Amino acid sequence: MRRLLLILALLLPLPALAEEVVLGLSQDEVAITATFDGSSILIFGAVKREAPPPSDAPLDVVISVQGPIQTVTVRKKDRRFGIWVNTGAVEIDQAPSFYAVATTRPLAAALSQTEDLRHRVSLDRAVQAIGAAEEAADAPAYLAALKRLRIAEGSYLIREGAVALDEETLFRTSIRMPADLTAGNYRARIFLTRSGTVVDEYETVIYVHKVGLERWVYTLAHEQPLVYGVLALIIAIAAGWAASAAFAMLRR
Amino acid sequence: MTIYLPIAEVSVNAFLLLGLGGIVGILSGMFGVGGGFLLTPLLFFIGIPPAVAVGTQANQIVASSFSGVLAHFKRKTVDLKMGWVLLAGGMAGAAVGVKIFEKLTEMGQVDLMVQLCYVLFLGVIGLLMFIESWRAIRRSKDKAYKPRKRPEKGWVHTWPLRMKFRTSGLYISAIPVVLVGAFVGVLSAVMGVGGGFIMVPAMIYLLHMPTKVVVGTSLFQIIFVAAFTTIMHATTNYTVDAVLAILLLIGGVIGAQIGSVIALRLKAEQLRILLAGMVLLVCFKIALDLLLTPSELFSIAQEVVR
Repeated sequence: MRRLLLILALLLPLPALAEEVVLGLSQDEVAITATFDGSSILIFGAVKREAPPPSDAPLDVVISVQGPIQTVTVRKKDRRFGIWVNTGAVEIDQAPSFYAVATTRPLAAALSQTEDLRHRVSLDRAVQAIGAAEEAADAPAYLAALKRLRIAEGSYLIREGAVALDEETLFRTSIRMPADLTAGNYRARIFLTRSGTVVDEYETVIYVHKVGLERWVYTLAHEQPLVYGVLALIIAIAAGWAASAAFAMLRR
Repeated sequence: MTIYLPIAEVSVNAFLLLGLGGIVGILSGMFGVGGGFLLTPLLFFIGIPPAVAVGTQANQIVASSFSGVLAHFKRKTVDLKMGWVLLAGGMAGAAVGVKIFEKLTEMGQVDLMVQLCYVLFLGVIGLLMFIESWRAIRRSKDKAYKPRKRPEKGWVHTWPLRMKFRTSGLYISAIPVVLVGAFVGVLSAVMGVGGGFIMVPAMIYLLHMPTKVVVGTSLFQIIFVAAFTTIMHATTNYTVDAVLAILLLIGGVIGAQIGSVIALRLKAEQLRILLAGMVLLVCFKIALDLLLTPSELFSIAQEVVR
């Protein structure tokens, strides 16, 4: 009898594992070359399940891509003695350089508050300033400004309803990464949810790195700064001399 | 064609940068100014991070000034002795200026100070030059006007330590020359520019150097100041973007050559009134930024990768 129970327990999968993500990426690395002009990443996949899907609540897919976490300072101008001066500054210590969230339905419907708190999916949860309230009384205004500016420049994307889901099985979306991309590991997360509760979670990394000349210049500048500086000067002097010599030839 | 800049980490149009470099290069060759006071704000405007813009423009100024100074060397319009003496003062001044800059950064108002410096110095210098050169042009049109003889012995002529500056045709004390160099050095370190737009008028109006010699000599000393700045930025802040610099300086060196040709065709006072106009224009633009209500009160200032 006990053995039978054990077998039953093994056979009965946990409810959370009833549906699983099988993921594909159009590319799992982004190479920044000299002519890099942004990149679109196609994120697609399927939902693997042993049993027919439950019919009580529709399936939702929430996808988020997050760039390297940075610390940024947001400044605010104010009028003092007739001129506009930076008067306030708030340091925001949890500001990813890039953040995109794409969903099948509006995020509030696809993901419950509790799950958002736990997984930090929405933009408001992903971008945070710990201890900012001590720096300025209106710290939330600074945080809102950061998001607004970053959304305007395309570094923060909110694409509600941009994930296409067929037959509750196949999903896909495309995420546009801007041209001024910071190198690093980009964390891509895919959540399957039913009535706001996460059923399955899948995480992978998109590796964004500089290649070729870009990489060489960056490495040299950071590892051999003096050599790099002198090299920059030599190039400058050589170019100056070359132009001068070329014009002297032209005049002759 | 867009190019991704490895240090600035932004993608910009290559032709835009070539064009910007070219315009600044022409000004550099014409007036003997490095063009930093113009290039730095322009780079901010096209989205280059300020720290990278300041660091990189120093490198571009080395190139365009070197190109320009070679053209002036051929015409023997560089007063080397004057240049070295100015430079001695300039380096000392720059060292003091870097300290002042550090203090201002600690106080968190460095942006404002730089902007106010720009408005003040560009405004005063531009206005003085404009009035003076406008009078000179009117005088040259008036045939009956007899030029008032310049006082042979000004205040700079009575000081000790007199030196002969052959190319400039001057026999004056070295002290005011070093002082002018030092003053410009301080300002250029604080304002992040080569300082040509202050140096040029100072040489003309304080040291009474002939305008033709002024441009070449100013370029000569700017090369060293800008080279020093480039190394400082490259080693302490890693903010010199070689790719950005190359694009700017290709335009810059060609522009400088064209500029030095234009400078030969123009009369000295015409050259001065043009420079005055330029300086006033930039001053006006910066003053406007300070006075008008900005469309966006917030700005993302600095980013630190963890």
